[in-house]
Amino acid sequence: MTDAAELRRRTQEFLAANPPASTDRVDFLKARFDAGLAWVHYPQGLGGLGAARALQAVVDAELETAGAPDNDPRRIGIGLGMAAPTILAFGTDEQKRRFLRPLWIGDEVWCQLFSEPGAGSDLAALGTRAVRDEGGTSRSSEAESGGTWVVDGQKVWTSGAHAARWAILIARTDPEVPKHRGITYFVCDMTDPGVEVRPLRQITGEAEFNEVFLTGVRIPDAHRLGEVGDGWKVAQTTLMNERVSIGGSRIPREGGLIAPVAATWRERPELRTHDLHQRLLKLWVEAEVARLTGERLRQQLVAGQPGPEGSGLKLGFARLNQEISGLEVELLGEEGLLYEDWTMRRPEKVDFAGRDAGYRYLRAKGNSIEGGTSEVLLNIVAERVLGLPSEPRTDKDVAWKDLAR
Amino acid sequence: MTDLLYSEEEEALRSAVRGLLADHCDAAAVIARCETDQPHDRELWKALTDGMGLAGLLVPEELGGQGAAHREAAVVLEELGRAVAPVPYLTSAVVATEALLVCDGDAAAELLTALASGRTVGVLAVPLSAAAGQTFTDVREEGGALHGSVTGVADAAAADVLLVPTAAGLFAADVAQDGVTVTAQTSLDPTRPLATVTFDAARARALTSDTDLAVRMGLRAGAGLLASEQLGLAEWCLTETVRHTKERHQFNRPVGSFQALKHRLAQVWLEVVNTRAAARHAADALATGSDEPNLASALAQAYAAPVAVHAAEEALQLHGGIGMTWEHPLHLYLKRAKADSIAFGTAGRHRDELAALLDLQAP
Repeated sequence: MTDAAELRRRTQEFLAANPPASTDRVDFLKARFDAGLAWVHYPQGLGGLGAARALQAVVDAELETAGAPDNDPRRIGIGLGMAAPTILAFGTDEQKRRFLRPLWIGDEVWCQLFSEPGAGSDLAALGTRAVRDEGGTSRSSEAESGGTWVVDGQKVWTSGAHAARWAILIARTDPEVPKHRGITYFVCDMTDPGVEVRPLRQITGEAEFNEVFLTGVRIPDAHRLGEVGDGWKVAQTTLMNERVSIGGSRIPREGGLIAPVAATWRERPELRTHDLHQRLLKLWVEAEVARLTGERLRQQLVAGQPGPEGSGLKLGFARLNQEISGLEVELLGEEGLLYEDWTMRRPEKVDFAGRDAGYRYLRAKGNSIEGGTSEVLLNIVAERVLGLPSEPRTDKDVAWKDLAR
Repeated sequence: MTDLLYSEEEEALRSAVRGLLADHCDAAAVIARCETDQPHDRELWKALTDGMGLAGLLVPEELGGQGAAHREAAVVLEELGRAVAPVPYLTSAVVATEALLVCDGDAAAELLTALASGRTVGVLAVPLSAAAGQTFTDVREEGGALHGSVTGVADAAAADVLLVPTAAGLFAADVAQDGVTVTAQTSLDPTRPLATVTFDAARARALTSDTDLAVRMGLRAGAGLLASEQLGLAEWCLTETVRHTKERHQFNRPVGSFQALKHRLAQVWLEVVNTRAAARHAADALATGSDEPNLASALAQAYAAPVAVHAAEEALQLHGGIGMTWEHPLHLYLKRAKADSIAFGTAGRHRDELAALLDLQAP
C-alpha cells in the first residue's frame, strides 16, 4: 500500500524528471497520467497507483508548489466527476484504456445525456429508445462484434454538449419491463451525424445548457457500459459522483456567495439598515456552519469514517446560495434593480464570482433543481439516512410503456 | 372599518381588464418585446387608456378623469400584475397622477387632464427604489431651467413629461426638448425598464413649491397600490403552479399529489389570502383617507413584497427545469417580483416606518 511519504517522494521524482517550467503542458499531463499521479486511487496503468483516495491531496500539494499545469477541471468536470468513475467501475479493459487518458488530460471533453423533458426528477422514466440493429454496421471501425444500437430521443439540460467529444447516455432498451429494469448505459459519439445540439436559453439570458436531439444515432455495442438492461445501476454510480462534485468544493471562510455581500456591507455604510444587518449575520452564520460541515465531512472521509452528511451538502448550499444572493439584490437597492446584460451568450463555465448580483440571484435558482432537485434529495435523506418509510409507489411493478405521463 | 371586499363594479372592471389583457398581452409577446429597445407596449396602453379610460381613474371628472379612486386602480393593477404587462400604469396613472393631485394651479390641472387621457405619459423623476419621505436634490432649478440627472427612473423611456423634484419645487419638463436625455439602463425587470434622465438647461413649468408633499403622496400611493400588483403576480404564480403540478407526471403520478409539494402550495395560498386583505386595506385607506393611509401602505408593502417573491420563487422551483428556461414566462414574474420588492422601499424600510408610526422603535 502506498503511503503519504512514498507518494511525496514519487511526486518529487516525477517533477525532477518533468520540470513544469520547461515541459510542454500536454506532455506534462500525459507523463503525469502515465506516472500514476493523475488520480492516485485509480489502478496502475490507468492514471493511478491504487492508493487511498485521500492521498491525492499530497500529490496535488507538491504539484501546486512546483507550479505544475492543471487539466482544467472546470471545463472537463463532467468527464472527471461523472464519466470517469462510471467507466472505471463498469467499463471493459478496452474501454478504460481508450477513454480515461484523453479524458483526464482534457483532450476529449465529455457531457451527460441523462435528463429528458419528461424525465427530470423521475429520471428512470426516460423515453429515449435504443434498438439493437443486428444487421447494421457502425460508422466506427473500432468494434463490430455485438452489432450496433440505433438511438432516437431527446435530452435536455446538457452542459457542454456543444464542446463534447463523447457523452454518457442512458436509453430505454426494453419498454415491456418496469422502468428501472429496461435501461441500458452507453458511450455516445457526439460527432455522429444523428446528434443535433441546440442551445437552451435560460432565465439569466445565457445559454449555458443544450437540448440534444438524437435521430438514428448509431452506437456500437462495444460502447455499452455494463449489461443490457442494467443501465440504472450504472447510472447510480454516475449520479452519486455528480452530487459529490456539486456539493463538495472546498471554500475558505467567507468564500462563496457571502463574500460579495460582506464586502459591500463593509464598504458601503450608506446601504445599511437594521433589517439587512440581522439577515446578513444570520446568513453569515449559516454559511460558515455549512462550510464547517463540509470540512468536517472531508476529515471524516480521510479518517475512514464516511458519513451521510454528503447528502445534505448540496441541499444546504442550494438554499444558502439562493437566500444570500436574494439578500444581495435587496442590499444593493437601486443598483440591484439593474442587470448586466440580457444578450444571449454561451459561457464556458458557471462563474458566480465574476458576475453581478442579479445574475447570482437568477442563476442560484437552478442550484435546487440541477443535479437532483432539493425535494428529491430531501426524500433521499428522509428515507436512506433517517430510515423513514417511503411514500406509496405505483411505478415499481408497471411496465414502462404503461406508466402515466 | 375599511371595506376589504370587491364591489360588483370592481369585479366588472376586473373582468374587462382581464379580457383585454388576455387578447393583447400574451406571455410570448411580452418576452419578445422585452428583448427589443421598445419594451413598452404602446398598443396595449392605448387600449387600456383610450379604449377604457383607465389612466383617469384617480382624476376628478372635471379634469377629464373618471372620478373613481384607488380601489378601482388597485383592481387594474392586480390584473396588470397577473400579466406582467409592460405599460406605465403604476408610474403614470398612479404615482405621477397622485403627486399632481396635491399641486394647485393651471399647470398641474392641465397635466392631470393630459395624463387622464393616457395620450400623455407622465413619470416622477426619482429612482424606483425611492421610498416616501426621502428628499431629492439630484436636479437643481435655475431661472426656470433644470440641471442634473437621476438614475433608475422607471418607465422614463415611455414618458412624455417628467415631474422633477428640486429644492425650489416640483417642475414639469417635456421629454421632447433638447435639454432632456433619457438613456435606457439594463433592468433586472425588463417589463418595467429603468432609465437615467439628464437635464441640461431643460425648460420646465413650476407645479408646486411643496415638493416634499407632492413626492410623498405619489410614492405613498405607489407603495400602497404596488401591493395589488404583487397580489396579482403572486396569484398568477400560484394558479400556474397548481395547474402545472396537476399535469406534470413523475413517478407515475401528478407531482402535485406529493405531500411535500401540496403543503408548499397551500402555504403560498395562505400568503396570497393575507396579501389580498393587506392590499385591499391599503387601497381603501388611500381612497377614503381613513384608517391611516401611511400605516396601511407601509403595512401592505412590508407584507406583500416578500409574498410575491416567495410565490415566484416557489413557482420556479416547483416547475423544475422548465421554470429556469427563457421560453417559459415564469422568469418575467420572478424578475418583476424581485424588482417590486425594492420598488418604493424594501419591506425592511417599511417595517422601520411602521416602527415609528406604532411607537415600536428599535432598541
